[in-house]
Amino acid sequence: MDAIGQAFADLERYFFNIEILRDTIPQLLPALLVVFEILFLSLLFSFIGGLTLALTRLVPLRPLRWLVGAYVDFFRALPLLLLLTYIYYGLGLFGSTTGLRFLILDPIPAAILGITITYSAYSAEIFRAGISSVPHGQMEAARSLGMNNYKAMLHVVLPQTMRIVVPPLTNELIAMIKDTALASVITTPELLFRSREIMGLKANPTPLTAAAILYVAFTLPLIRVAARLERRYGKGARPVGM
Amino acid sequence: MDQPLIKLEGVHKRFGDLEVLRGIDLEVRRSEVVVVIGPSGSGKSTMLRCINGLEPIHLGRIFIEGIDITGSKTNINQIRQKVGMVFQQFNLFPHKTALENLTLSPMKVQGKSQSVAEQIGQDLLAKVGLSEKADEYPGTLSGGQQQRVAIARALAMQPDMMLFDEVTSALDPELVADVLNVMKDLAREGMTMVVVTHEMGFAREVGSRLMFMDEGVIVEEGDPRVMIENPSEERTQKFLGMVL
Repeated sequence: MDAIGQAFADLERYFFNIEILRDTIPQLLPALLVVFEILFLSLLFSFIGGLTLALTRLVPLRPLRWLVGAYVDFFRALPLLLLLTYIYYGLGLFGSTTGLRFLILDPIPAAILGITITYSAYSAEIFRAGISSVPHGQMEAARSLGMNNYKAMLHVVLPQTMRIVVPPLTNELIAMIKDTALASVITTPELLFRSREIMGLKANPTPLTAAAILYVAFTLPLIRVAARLERRYGKGARPVGM
Repeated sequence: MDQPLIKLEGVHKRFGDLEVLRGIDLEVRRSEVVVVIGPSGSGKSTMLRCINGLEPIHLGRIFIEGIDITGSKTNINQIRQKVGMVFQQFNLFPHKTALENLTLSPMKVQGKSQSVAEQIGQDLLAKVGLSEKADEYPGTLSGGQQQRVAIARALAMQPDMMLFDEVTSALDPELVADVLNVMKDLAREGMTMVVVTHEMGFAREVGSRLMFMDEGVIVEEGDPRVMIENPSEERTQKFLGMVL
Protein backbone atom coordinates (compact mmCIF):
# COMPACT_ATOMS: atom_id res chain seq x y z
CA MET A 1 0.00 0.00 0.00
CA ASP A 2 2.78 2.32 0.93
CA ALA A 3 4.54 1.82 -2.38
CA ILE A 4 1.43 2.80 -4.29
CA GLY A 5 0.86 5.81 -2.09
CA GLN A 6 4.45 6.82 -2.66
CA ALA A 7 4.08 6.38 -6.41
CA PHE A 8 1.09 8.71 -6.52
CA ALA A 9 2.86 11.25 -4.36
CA ASP A 10 5.84 11.20 -6.74
CA LEU A 11 3.57 11.54 -9.74
CA GLU A 12 1.92 14.55 -8.20
CA ARG A 13 5.23 16.10 -7.21
CA TYR A 14 6.93 15.67 -10.59
CA PHE A 15 4.11 15.88 -13.12
CA PHE A 16 1.16 17.58 -11.47
CA ASN A 17 2.86 19.96 -9.10
CA ILE A 18 0.17 22.64 -8.59
CA GLU A 19 2.60 25.34 -7.56
CA ILE A 20 4.81 24.82 -10.57
CA LEU A 21 1.77 24.62 -12.83
CA ARG A 22 0.49 27.94 -11.52
CA ASP A 23 3.92 29.40 -12.02
CA THR A 24 4.50 27.96 -15.49
CA ILE A 25 1.26 28.56 -17.36
CA PRO A 26 1.66 32.38 -17.48
CA GLN A 27 5.26 31.92 -18.61
CA LEU A 28 4.08 29.75 -21.48
CA LEU A 29 1.61 32.28 -22.90
CA PRO A 30 4.17 33.95 -25.20
CA ALA A 31 5.00 30.48 -26.53
CA LEU A 32 1.31 29.94 -27.19
CA LEU A 33 1.37 33.10 -29.28
CA VAL A 34 4.23 31.62 -31.30
CA VAL A 35 2.08 28.54 -31.88
CA PHE A 36 -0.73 30.78 -33.10
CA GLU A 37 1.60 32.62 -35.43
CA ILE A 38 2.97 29.40 -36.93
CA LEU A 39 -0.52 27.97 -37.23
CA PHE A 40 -2.10 30.98 -38.83
CA LEU A 41 0.55 31.39 -41.49
CA SER A 42 1.00 27.66 -42.15
CA LEU A 43 -2.74 27.22 -42.48
CA LEU A 44 -3.03 30.13 -44.89
CA PHE A 45 -0.07 29.09 -47.03
CA SER A 46 -0.94 25.40 -47.08
CA PHE A 47 -4.53 26.25 -48.05
CA ILE A 48 -3.25 28.23 -51.01
CA GLY A 49 -0.57 25.65 -51.74
CA GLY A 50 -2.93 22.69 -51.52
CA LEU A 51 -5.55 24.33 -53.70
CA THR A 52 -2.93 25.32 -56.27
CA LEU A 53 -1.54 21.78 -56.35
CA ALA A 54 -5.01 20.27 -56.69
CA LEU A 55 -5.93 22.63 -59.53
CA THR A 56 -2.62 22.01 -61.27
CA ARG A 57 -3.48 18.33 -61.29
CA LEU A 58 -6.47 19.16 -63.51
CA VAL A 59 -4.34 20.88 -66.14
CA PRO A 60 -4.09 18.73 -69.26
CA LEU A 61 -0.31 18.62 -69.21
CA ARG A 62 0.91 15.17 -68.29
CA PRO A 63 4.43 16.09 -67.05
CA LEU A 64 3.02 18.82 -64.82
CA ARG A 65 0.41 16.50 -63.37
CA TRP A 66 3.06 13.87 -62.77
CA LEU A 67 5.27 16.40 -61.01
CA VAL A 68 2.48 17.48 -58.69
CA GLY A 69 1.59 13.86 -57.99
CA ALA A 70 5.21 13.12 -57.12
CA TYR A 71 5.36 16.14 -54.81
CA VAL A 72 2.19 15.15 -53.00
CA ASP A 73 3.25 11.52 -52.56
CA PHE A 74 6.77 12.38 -51.44
CA PHE A 75 5.84 14.92 -48.81
CA ARG A 76 3.02 12.81 -47.48
CA ALA A 77 5.59 10.08 -46.97
CA LEU A 78 8.44 12.16 -45.50
CA PRO A 79 8.23 12.67 -41.71
CA LEU A 80 7.76 16.35 -40.90
CA LEU A 81 10.34 16.07 -38.15
CA LEU A 82 13.03 15.21 -40.69
CA LEU A 83 11.86 17.86 -43.13
CA LEU A 84 12.14 20.52 -40.41
CA THR A 85 15.64 19.33 -39.60
CA TYR A 86 16.70 19.51 -43.25
CA ILE A 87 15.24 22.98 -43.68
CA TYR A 88 16.71 24.46 -40.53
CA TYR A 89 20.06 22.70 -40.18
CA GLY A 90 20.61 21.43 -43.73
CA LEU A 91 19.68 24.56 -45.64
CA GLY A 92 21.30 26.67 -42.92
CA LEU A 93 24.58 24.82 -43.27
CA PHE A 94 24.46 25.08 -47.06
CA GLY A 95 23.66 28.77 -46.80
CA SER A 96 26.47 29.61 -44.44
CA THR A 97 29.06 27.64 -46.44
CA THR A 98 28.05 29.11 -49.79
CA GLY A 99 27.27 32.57 -48.51
CA LEU A 100 23.67 32.30 -49.72
CA ARG A 101 22.46 33.85 -46.51
CA PHE A 102 18.78 33.81 -47.46
CA LEU A 103 18.88 30.05 -46.97
CA ILE A 104 19.63 30.53 -43.28
CA LEU A 105 16.19 30.68 -41.75
CA ASP A 106 15.18 31.61 -38.25
CA PRO A 107 13.37 28.82 -36.41
CA ILE A 108 9.87 30.29 -36.81
CA PRO A 109 10.04 30.84 -40.60
CA ALA A 110 11.70 27.44 -40.95
CA ALA A 111 8.85 25.84 -39.01
CA ILE A 112 6.24 27.63 -41.12
CA LEU A 113 8.00 26.57 -44.32
CA GLY A 114 8.24 22.91 -43.28
CA ILE A 115 4.67 22.67 -42.06
CA THR A 116 3.43 24.45 -45.19
CA ILE A 117 5.30 22.07 -47.51
CA THR A 118 3.93 18.99 -45.77
CA TYR A 119 0.41 20.23 -45.21
CA SER A 120 0.12 21.55 -48.77
CA ALA A 121 0.56 17.95 -49.84
CA TYR A 122 -2.13 16.80 -47.39
CA SER A 123 -4.59 19.51 -48.36
CA ALA A 124 -3.94 18.92 -52.06
CA GLU A 125 -5.40 15.45 -51.58
CA ILE A 126 -8.38 16.87 -49.69
CA PHE A 127 -9.07 19.45 -52.39
CA ARG A 128 -8.64 16.87 -55.13
CA ALA A 129 -11.20 14.60 -53.47
CA GLY A 130 -13.48 17.59 -52.92
CA ILE A 131 -13.32 18.75 -56.52
CA SER A 132 -13.88 15.27 -57.88
CA SER A 133 -16.90 14.77 -55.63
CA VAL A 134 -18.74 17.64 -57.31
CA PRO A 135 -20.89 15.88 -59.93
CA HIS A 136 -19.58 16.20 -63.47
CA GLY A 137 -22.97 17.57 -64.56
CA GLN A 138 -22.20 20.79 -62.67
CA MET A 139 -19.20 21.50 -64.86
CA GLU A 140 -21.20 20.61 -67.97
CA ALA A 141 -24.10 22.84 -66.98
CA ALA A 142 -21.71 25.72 -66.39
CA ARG A 143 -19.94 25.12 -69.70
CA SER A 144 -23.25 24.86 -71.54
CA LEU A 145 -24.10 28.32 -70.21
CA GLY A 146 -21.05 29.71 -71.95
CA MET A 147 -18.67 29.81 -68.99
CA ASN A 148 -15.07 28.96 -69.76
CA ASN A 149 -13.22 26.42 -67.64
CA TYR A 150 -11.87 29.06 -65.31
CA LYS A 151 -15.23 30.70 -64.61
CA ALA A 152 -16.98 27.36 -64.24
CA MET A 153 -14.35 26.33 -61.70
CA LEU A 154 -14.49 29.63 -59.81
CA HIS A 155 -18.24 30.16 -59.66
CA VAL A 156 -19.65 26.65 -59.76
CA VAL A 157 -17.24 23.88 -58.80
CA LEU A 158 -15.01 25.49 -56.15
CA PRO A 159 -17.82 26.97 -54.01
CA GLN A 160 -19.28 23.48 -53.78
CA THR A 161 -15.85 22.01 -53.10
CA MET A 162 -15.39 24.37 -50.15
CA ARG A 163 -18.43 22.97 -48.36
CA ILE A 164 -17.13 19.46 -48.83
CA VAL A 165 -13.58 20.15 -47.66
CA VAL A 166 -14.45 22.08 -44.49
CA PRO A 167 -14.66 19.03 -42.19
CA PRO A 168 -11.46 17.32 -43.40
CA LEU A 169 -9.60 20.63 -43.37
CA THR A 170 -10.66 21.20 -39.77
CA ASN A 171 -9.24 17.79 -38.93
CA GLU A 172 -6.04 18.85 -40.66
CA LEU A 173 -5.89 21.94 -38.51
CA ILE A 174 -6.16 19.80 -35.38
CA ALA A 175 -3.30 17.62 -36.56
CA MET A 176 -1.33 20.73 -37.46
CA ILE A 177 -1.71 22.17 -33.96
CA LYS A 178 -0.07 19.10 -32.52
CA ASP A 179 2.57 19.00 -35.24
CA THR A 180 3.75 22.50 -34.31
CA ALA A 181 5.36 20.75 -31.33
CA LEU A 182 7.77 19.12 -33.78
CA ALA A 183 9.24 22.56 -34.37
CA SER A 184 10.80 22.28 -30.91
CA VAL A 185 13.60 20.22 -32.49
CA ILE A 186 14.75 23.27 -34.40
CA THR A 187 14.71 25.49 -31.29
CA THR A 188 11.47 27.25 -32.17
CA PRO A 189 10.30 29.01 -29.00
CA GLU A 190 6.90 27.33 -29.12
CA LEU A 191 4.99 25.57 -26.38
CA LEU A 192 6.87 22.29 -26.09
CA PHE A 193 10.31 23.89 -26.48
CA ARG A 194 9.63 26.52 -23.81
CA SER A 195 8.11 24.03 -21.41
CA ARG A 196 11.21 21.87 -21.72
CA GLU A 197 13.38 24.89 -20.98
CA ILE A 198 11.35 25.66 -17.88
CA MET A 199 11.47 21.98 -16.94
CA GLY A 200 15.25 22.28 -16.94
CA LEU A 201 15.19 25.37 -14.75
CA LYS A 202 12.76 23.89 -12.24
CA ALA A 203 14.35 20.44 -12.36
CA ASN A 204 10.77 19.18 -12.54
CA PRO A 205 8.78 17.90 -15.54
CA THR A 206 5.49 19.51 -14.46
CA PRO A 207 5.89 22.29 -17.11
CA LEU A 208 5.28 19.56 -19.71
CA THR A 209 1.89 19.06 -18.12
CA ALA A 210 1.29 22.79 -18.33
CA ALA A 211 1.99 22.59 -22.06
CA ALA A 212 -0.29 19.57 -22.36
CA ILE A 213 -3.10 21.46 -20.65
CA LEU A 214 -2.71 24.34 -23.07
CA TYR A 215 -2.63 22.07 -26.16
CA VAL A 216 -5.75 20.23 -25.03
CA ALA A 217 -7.61 23.37 -23.97
CA PHE A 218 -6.93 24.87 -27.36
CA THR A 219 -7.61 21.77 -29.46
CA LEU A 220 -10.65 20.32 -27.72
CA PRO A 221 -13.11 23.03 -28.86
CA LEU A 222 -11.88 22.57 -32.43
CA ILE A 223 -12.53 18.85 -32.22
CA ARG A 224 -16.11 19.62 -31.23
CA VAL A 225 -16.39 22.13 -34.07
CA ALA A 226 -15.02 19.55 -36.51
CA ALA A 227 -17.61 17.02 -35.40
CA ARG A 228 -20.38 19.57 -35.90
CA LEU A 229 -19.12 20.53 -39.35
CA GLU A 230 -18.89 16.87 -40.23
CA ARG A 231 -22.57 16.42 -39.41
CA ARG A 232 -23.52 19.51 -41.34
CA TYR A 233 -21.42 19.21 -44.48
CA GLY A 234 -19.92 15.75 -44.32
CA LYS A 235 -20.56 12.60 -46.30
CA GLY A 236 -23.72 11.57 -44.50
CA ALA A 237 -25.38 14.93 -44.99
CA ARG A 238 -28.17 15.18 -47.53
CA PRO A 239 -26.76 16.47 -50.79
CA VAL A 240 -28.45 19.66 -51.83
CA GLY A 241 -30.31 19.69 -55.09
CA MET A 242 -28.95 16.56 -56.71
CA MET B 1 -32.18 33.92 -93.32
CA ASP B 2 -32.55 30.49 -94.79
CA GLN B 3 -29.29 29.24 -93.40
CA PRO B 4 -29.97 26.41 -90.95
CA LEU B 5 -29.29 27.24 -87.28
CA ILE B 6 -27.86 23.79 -86.75
CA LYS B 7 -26.19 21.71 -89.42
CA LEU B 8 -24.42 18.39 -88.98
CA GLU B 9 -22.44 16.87 -91.83
CA GLY B 10 -21.37 13.24 -91.62
CA VAL B 11 -20.75 13.35 -87.88
CA HIS B 12 -18.99 10.35 -86.39
CA LYS B 13 -18.30 9.89 -82.71
CA ARG B 14 -16.53 7.06 -80.93
CA PHE B 15 -16.15 6.15 -77.28
CA GLY B 16 -13.10 3.92 -77.44
CA ASP B 17 -13.98 1.11 -79.82
CA LEU B 18 -17.68 1.84 -79.67
CA GLU B 19 -18.92 4.01 -82.51
CA VAL B 20 -22.00 5.78 -81.15
CA LEU B 21 -22.60 8.16 -84.06
CA ARG B 22 -22.06 6.70 -87.52
CA GLY B 23 -22.57 9.47 -89.99
CA ILE B 24 -25.25 11.91 -88.85
CA ASP B 25 -26.57 14.52 -91.27
CA LEU B 26 -29.02 17.00 -89.87
CA GLU B 27 -30.34 20.47 -90.60
CA VAL B 28 -32.49 22.42 -88.21
CA ARG B 29 -34.03 25.66 -89.42
CA ARG B 30 -35.26 28.59 -87.39
CA SER B 31 -38.38 27.83 -85.31
CA GLU B 32 -38.29 24.16 -86.12
CA VAL B 33 -38.98 21.72 -83.29
CA VAL B 34 -37.12 18.51 -84.01
CA VAL B 35 -38.07 15.62 -81.75
CA VAL B 36 -35.53 12.82 -81.56
CA ILE B 37 -36.55 9.36 -80.38
CA GLY B 38 -34.79 6.04 -80.26
CA PRO B 39 -33.78 3.22 -77.93
CA SER B 40 -31.17 3.89 -75.25
CA GLY B 41 -27.70 3.72 -76.68
CA SER B 42 -28.91 4.87 -80.08
CA GLY B 43 -26.71 7.96 -79.87
CA LYS B 44 -29.43 10.60 -79.52
CA SER B 45 -28.09 12.16 -76.33
CA THR B 46 -24.57 12.03 -77.68
CA MET B 47 -25.72 13.89 -80.78
CA LEU B 48 -27.15 16.68 -78.61
CA ARG B 49 -23.98 16.87 -76.57
CA CYS B 50 -21.91 17.13 -79.75
CA ILE B 51 -24.07 20.00 -81.00
CA ASN B 52 -23.20 21.86 -77.81
CA GLY B 53 -19.52 20.98 -78.04
CA LEU B 54 -19.65 18.94 -74.82
CA GLU B 55 -18.33 15.95 -76.75
CA PRO B 56 -15.61 16.20 -79.37
CA ILE B 57 -16.38 14.42 -82.64
CA HIS B 58 -14.02 12.27 -84.68
CA LEU B 59 -15.22 12.96 -88.17
CA GLY B 60 -17.56 15.34 -89.92
CA ARG B 61 -18.51 18.93 -89.22
CA ILE B 62 -21.01 20.79 -87.07
CA PHE B 63 -22.19 24.30 -87.91
CA ILE B 64 -24.08 26.58 -85.56
CA GLU B 65 -25.55 29.55 -87.40
CA GLY B 66 -23.07 28.87 -90.17
CA ILE B 67 -20.03 28.78 -87.89
CA ASP B 68 -18.02 25.56 -87.90
CA ILE B 69 -17.72 24.68 -84.20
CA THR B 70 -15.40 21.79 -84.91
CA GLY B 71 -12.76 24.18 -86.18
CA SER B 72 -9.92 24.75 -83.75
CA LYS B 73 -10.18 28.52 -83.96
CA THR B 74 -13.82 28.66 -82.94
CA ASN B 75 -14.60 30.13 -79.53
CA ILE B 76 -16.90 27.41 -78.24
CA ASN B 77 -17.91 29.51 -75.22
CA GLN B 78 -19.37 32.13 -77.52
CA ILE B 79 -21.27 29.51 -79.53
CA ARG B 80 -22.68 27.97 -76.37
CA GLN B 81 -24.33 31.24 -75.45
CA LYS B 82 -26.50 30.82 -78.54
CA VAL B 83 -27.32 27.21 -77.68
CA GLY B 84 -29.24 26.59 -74.46
CA MET B 85 -29.11 23.10 -73.03
CA VAL B 86 -31.29 21.36 -70.46
CA PHE B 87 -30.18 18.08 -68.92
CA GLN B 88 -31.96 15.00 -67.65
CA GLN B 89 -30.49 15.52 -64.17
CA PHE B 90 -31.32 19.27 -64.05
CA ASN B 91 -27.77 20.12 -62.89
CA LEU B 92 -28.89 23.23 -61.06
CA PHE B 93 -26.18 24.86 -58.96
CA PRO B 94 -27.09 23.70 -55.44
CA HIS B 95 -25.24 26.55 -53.70
CA LYS B 96 -27.26 29.21 -55.53
CA THR B 97 -30.92 30.19 -55.18
CA ALA B 98 -33.25 29.69 -58.12
CA LEU B 99 -32.84 33.31 -59.15
CA GLU B 100 -29.06 33.19 -58.70
CA ASN B 101 -28.96 30.13 -60.93
CA LEU B 102 -30.53 32.29 -63.61
CA THR B 103 -28.39 35.39 -63.10
CA LEU B 104 -24.94 33.80 -62.69
CA SER B 105 -24.04 33.32 -66.33
CA PRO B 106 -25.66 36.50 -67.71
CA MET B 107 -23.58 38.44 -65.16
CA LYS B 108 -20.31 36.54 -65.33
CA VAL B 109 -20.29 35.69 -69.03
CA GLN B 110 -22.34 38.38 -70.73
CA GLY B 111 -21.35 41.09 -68.28
CA LYS B 112 -24.91 42.13 -67.51
CA SER B 113 -25.47 44.20 -64.38
CA GLN B 114 -27.10 42.51 -61.43
CA SER B 115 -30.30 44.52 -61.77
CA VAL B 116 -30.68 43.75 -65.48
CA ALA B 117 -29.89 40.06 -64.93
CA GLU B 118 -32.35 39.88 -62.04
CA GLN B 119 -35.08 41.51 -64.12
CA ILE B 120 -34.57 38.95 -66.88
CA GLY B 121 -34.42 36.20 -64.27
CA GLN B 122 -37.63 37.25 -62.54
CA ASP B 123 -39.46 37.45 -65.86
CA LEU B 124 -38.31 33.96 -66.80
CA LEU B 125 -39.22 32.49 -63.42
CA ALA B 126 -42.68 34.00 -63.90
CA LYS B 127 -42.84 32.43 -67.34
CA VAL B 128 -42.15 28.96 -65.94
CA GLY B 129 -44.59 29.62 -63.09
CA LEU B 130 -42.04 29.78 -60.26
CA SER B 131 -41.87 33.45 -59.27
CA GLU B 132 -42.51 32.60 -55.65
CA LYS B 133 -39.52 30.22 -55.60
CA ALA B 134 -36.92 32.83 -56.61
CA ASP B 135 -35.13 32.76 -53.27
CA GLU B 136 -35.35 29.03 -52.66
CA TYR B 137 -32.39 26.72 -53.08
CA PRO B 138 -32.71 23.84 -55.55
CA GLY B 139 -32.65 21.29 -52.72
CA THR B 140 -36.04 22.52 -51.51
CA LEU B 141 -37.71 22.30 -54.94
CA SER B 142 -39.43 19.29 -56.48
CA GLY B 143 -37.88 17.65 -59.52
CA GLY B 144 -40.38 19.28 -61.82
CA GLN B 145 -39.73 22.69 -60.32
CA GLN B 146 -35.98 22.18 -60.60
CA GLN B 147 -36.29 21.27 -64.24
CA ARG B 148 -38.38 24.36 -64.95
CA VAL B 149 -35.73 26.49 -63.23
CA ALA B 150 -33.13 24.76 -65.39
CA ILE B 151 -35.08 25.65 -68.53
CA ALA B 152 -35.37 29.25 -67.35
CA ARG B 153 -31.64 29.28 -66.60
CA ALA B 154 -30.83 28.26 -70.15
CA LEU B 155 -33.26 30.87 -71.49
CA ALA B 156 -31.63 33.57 -69.36
CA MET B 157 -28.69 33.54 -71.77
CA GLN B 158 -31.20 34.50 -74.50
CA PRO B 159 -30.16 31.65 -76.78
CA ASP B 160 -31.25 31.27 -80.39
CA MET B 161 -31.94 27.57 -79.95
CA MET B 162 -32.51 25.07 -77.17
CA LEU B 163 -31.45 21.46 -76.72
CA PHE B 164 -33.44 19.21 -74.39
CA ASP B 165 -31.83 15.95 -73.31
CA GLU B 166 -34.51 13.62 -71.90
CA VAL B 167 -35.56 16.37 -69.54
CA THR B 168 -38.63 14.56 -68.20
CA SER B 169 -37.07 11.11 -67.81
CA ALA B 170 -35.95 11.64 -64.22
CA LEU B 171 -39.29 13.07 -63.10
CA ASP B 172 -42.20 11.48 -61.30
CA PRO B 173 -45.08 11.07 -63.79
CA GLU B 174 -47.28 13.72 -62.15
CA LEU B 175 -44.55 16.35 -62.57
CA VAL B 176 -43.93 15.74 -66.25
CA ALA B 177 -46.88 17.77 -67.54
CA ASP B 178 -45.72 21.08 -66.02
CA VAL B 179 -42.34 20.75 -67.67
CA LEU B 180 -43.82 19.73 -71.02
CA ASN B 181 -46.22 22.68 -70.90
CA VAL B 182 -43.31 25.08 -70.51
CA MET B 183 -41.62 23.44 -73.48
CA LYS B 184 -44.79 23.56 -75.59
CA ASP B 185 -45.17 27.28 -74.86
CA LEU B 186 -41.60 27.80 -75.97
CA ALA B 187 -42.21 25.86 -79.17
CA ARG B 188 -45.31 27.91 -79.95
CA GLU B 189 -43.35 31.12 -79.41
CA GLY B 190 -41.07 30.02 -82.22
CA MET B 191 -38.04 28.81 -80.31
CA THR B 192 -35.83 26.50 -82.35
CA MET B 193 -35.61 23.25 -80.42
CA VAL B 194 -34.03 19.82 -80.61
CA VAL B 195 -35.78 17.58 -78.10
CA VAL B 196 -34.65 14.10 -77.16
CA THR B 197 -37.65 12.51 -75.46
CA HIS B 198 -40.02 9.60 -75.23
CA GLU B 199 -43.04 11.87 -74.96
CA MET B 200 -44.97 11.11 -78.15
CA GLY B 201 -47.77 13.48 -77.15
CA PHE B 202 -45.29 16.32 -77.18
CA ALA B 203 -44.00 15.27 -80.61
CA ARG B 204 -47.51 15.07 -82.00
CA GLU B 205 -48.59 18.40 -80.56
CA VAL B 206 -45.70 20.72 -81.30
CA GLY B 207 -43.09 18.73 -83.21
CA SER B 208 -42.32 19.96 -86.72
CA ARG B 209 -40.22 16.89 -87.41
CA LEU B 210 -39.80 13.50 -85.79
CA MET B 211 -36.57 11.65 -86.10
CA PHE B 212 -35.92 8.04 -85.16
CA MET B 213 -32.34 7.09 -84.35
CA ASP B 214 -30.90 3.64 -83.85
CA GLU B 215 -27.34 2.39 -83.58
CA GLY B 216 -25.82 5.75 -84.37
CA VAL B 217 -27.75 6.58 -87.52
CA ILE B 218 -30.95 8.42 -88.34
CA VAL B 219 -33.24 5.61 -89.48
CA GLU B 220 -36.26 7.64 -90.45
CA GLU B 221 -37.59 11.15 -90.18
CA GLY B 222 -40.77 12.93 -91.11
CA ASP B 223 -43.89 14.69 -89.94
CA PRO B 224 -44.56 13.44 -86.41
CA ARG B 225 -48.29 13.04 -86.94
CA VAL B 226 -47.76 10.95 -90.04
CA MET B 227 -44.79 9.00 -88.76
CA ILE B 228 -46.33 8.01 -85.43
CA GLU B 229 -49.36 6.57 -87.22
CA ASN B 230 -47.51 5.17 -90.17
CA PRO B 231 -43.81 4.52 -89.70
CA SER B 232 -42.23 3.17 -92.86
CA GLU B 233 -39.21 1.44 -91.33
CA GLU B 234 -39.62 -1.78 -89.43
CA ARG B 235 -37.28 -0.66 -86.63
CA THR B 236 -39.34 2.49 -86.14
CA GLN B 237 -42.53 0.46 -86.00
CA LYS B 238 -41.05 -1.82 -83.37
CA PHE B 239 -39.83 1.05 -81.25
CA LEU B 240 -43.07 3.01 -81.48
CA GLY B 241 -44.94 -0.15 -80.59
CA MET B 242 -42.99 -0.27 -77.35
CA VAL B 243 -43.30 3.37 -76.26
CA LEU B 244 -46.85 4.15 -77.35
